Amino acid sequence: MTEITMPKLGESVTEGTIENWLVKVGDHVSEYDPICEVNTAKVTAEVPSVHDGVITEILVEEGKTVEVGVPIYKIEVDGGAAEPEVKEEEVETAAVKDDEPVKQNKPAVKKQSGDRRLSPVVMRLIGEHNINIDELHGTGFNGRITKKDVEKYLADGPSEQPAQKAAASTPAPEKAAPAATASVKSGESIKVSGVRKEIARRMVQSSTEIPHAWLMMEVDATNMVNLRNKHKARFKEQEGYNLTFFSFFVKAVSEVLKDYPILNSSWDDDTITVHDDINLSIAVANEDKLFVPVIKNADERSLTGIAKSISTLANKARSNKLTGDDMAGGTFTVNNTGAFGSVQSMGIINQPQVAILQVESIVRKPVFIGDMLASRHMVNLCLSIDHRVLDGLVAGQFLKAVKEKIENLDPDADSVY
Amino acid sequence: MAKLSYLDAIRDALFVAMEQDDDVFVLGEDVGKKGGVFKVTEGLQEKFGEMRVLDTPLAESNIVGTSVGAAMMGKRPVAEIQFAEYILPAVNQILNEAAKVRYRSDNDWNAPMVIRAPFGGGIHGALYHSQSIESIFVSTPGLKVVVPSTPADAKGLLMAAIKDNDPVLFFEHKKAYRLLKGEVPEGDYTIPLGKADVKREGDDITVITYGLCVNYAIQAAEQLANDGYQAEILDLRTLYPLDKEAIIKAASKTGKVLLITEDNLEGSLISEVSAIIGENCLYDLDAPIMRLAGPDVPSMPYAPPMEDYFMMNPEKIYNKMLELSEY
Repeated sequence: MTEITMPKLGESVTEGTIENWLVKVGDHVSEYDPICEVNTAKVTAEVPSVHDGVITEILVEEGKTVEVGVPIYKIEVDGGAAEPEVKEEEVETAAVKDDEPVKQNKPAVKKQSGDRRLSPVVMRLIGEHNINIDELHGTGFNGRITKKDVEKYLADGPSEQPAQKAAASTPAPEKAAPAATASVKSGESIKVSGVRKEIARRMVQSSTEIPHAWLMMEVDATNMVNLRNKHKARFKEQEGYNLTFFSFFVKAVSEVLKDYPILNSSWDDDTITVHDDINLSIAVANEDKLFVPVIKNADERSLTGIAKSISTLANKARSNKLTGDDMAGGTFTVNNTGAFGSVQSMGIINQPQVAILQVESIVRKPVFIGDMLASRHMVNLCLSIDHRVLDGLVAGQFLKAVKEKIENLDPDADSVY
Repeated sequence: MAKLSYLDAIRDALFVAMEQDDDVFVLGEDVGKKGGVFKVTEGLQEKFGEMRVLDTPLAESNIVGTSVGAAMMGKRPVAEIQFAEYILPAVNQILNEAAKVRYRSDNDWNAPMVIRAPFGGGIHGALYHSQSIESIFVSTPGLKVVVPSTPADAKGLLMAAIKDNDPVLFFEHKKAYRLLKGEVPEGDYTIPLGKADVKREGDDITVITYGLCVNYAIQAAEQLANDGYQAEILDLRTLYPLDKEAIIKAASKTGKVLLITEDNLEGSLISEVSAIIGENCLYDLDAPIMRLAGPDVPSMPYAPPMEDYFMMNPEKIYNKMLELSEY
């Protein structure tokens, strides 16, 4: 009997959630058969078997999160006499390590999942076709995935074995997708995997579970525009990154949340937890992916510090360098929808947070000030709230406080540092 | 079409070109009465006379200098340097005069001339009869450098070189002279300069090379096919200026590139080819660019085992091809 532990699915990943068991106790599995789907902050991956054998016990139920290294199931290895308590550090190495109960006297190279480095062309093809790398079988040196392997995969589809298993055990997605109708001529079909799959899952979960309510306020941002324009050139020169409008809003939100801590909370069925830390998630799109990196302790940062964090995180997101840490711990989301020209939008809340603020485009409009008509820079702030936690009153007060902060900036007196 | 050796194809090109155009003439050491040390120009003097097939003194700078002057006055000289490494005394005439005259005179003058020279080893020629010297000339704008790999290419490229209105260096692999035989079109036959040629199609690896190595690479590719891998072979044909488009296309096709030259590795022509691929094909590469070349020792030795060690052959190419295929 061999215990199999939670594999380490990437750097900086310390735990994983068992999404789905693809096998039952008593099932006979072959080496490399998918055993379960594990979900981490970054990816959902199938964990393959490292043995031929019979599943004897499942130790972690679906939906539970366990740390890397914790046993998740037991297997009776074929040919009996398997004993070694294998510590699995990584799936990759594991496949080679505990190959057989026999001692390793031949070098454990050749074949199967050795070299996980990707050549530029393989990386490009995987990105273009949205392929889950775990479904690829490498035939190159040390099991490296070659361009030909990807081309073969694209031509033949995934190797049948894992595909059948997955289809059999997860019938769910099919009924959820009534999209393509027979009369529509279909073009390229994009396989949903990895980050896209995770985004989809969380969006569905959020919009089905949370009773969203929504309100919008129009804010006069003229003072802010003037203040920023006054400093932006010199700021860019001195600091090396942009002093964006978005930074002002993030700063204002971080300050106002102090006064309305209930918006900085999370919902967990029978408890609402109000957070001391104000960690602001910001949404960053990267072509076909959406990331929400987090500005930690935003309330402790100056405007400059916030502008710098935003710049750093956005760059990381666009170059795919965000780590799990960068994305963990958010307590409230500020979304820069104005960046792509939107003037009004309804955000879907980033669970378990309870609100999301959309900062829309700043637009010049004629506005009455007293009896005078003036040209002002106006912006809409749209707030989505979890109506289980928040009511219109507190949401309105919060939004109004943000509005006042922005409107009361003084281009002559206020500093940007 | 007649089946000719690489050497006969070159002689045929000279014959046809001299028949077509009275301005074409041949000069060099022993090219006349003796017909050249390799017999490339045999029979030319009998046919065209002493005024069009000149035996010159043993002075390469003189041979090339004479050619530059004649070419600028409207002739089309085809100079022969007996062995490629003997060209060094004439390098000033080539790089400073022939290559630059059109530019320097703002198009008023040009030098339509060809310098032929046998190069390469594998014929027990030792230090001064085995060298590859193309790398000296492949970074001088104004020059064209051509190395044919088959009899038909040798004829077509040489005729095109003679008709070209600027100086062309035409290096012939001396081991190929009698080793390679093939169908060669008769009469006037030209192949455009500056165009590489796919000599074999394949989709597993791309081999880019020139000269005799093309033939060796084709032999190695046939052997590699038994292992289930198909090699694409691109023959550069013109080393300067390089056919970048063809190089990028061939490299991108498979993403696995092997570059081969018989020259010393460092600073050789394939280093430039590698740079072109590195600059243009990063996102199409599936393996590190591999190079196979002569070792960085001063010249090809005489002792047969040491010559074999230095010289390229199908077996070395096959081994490297297999390594790249399996990468």
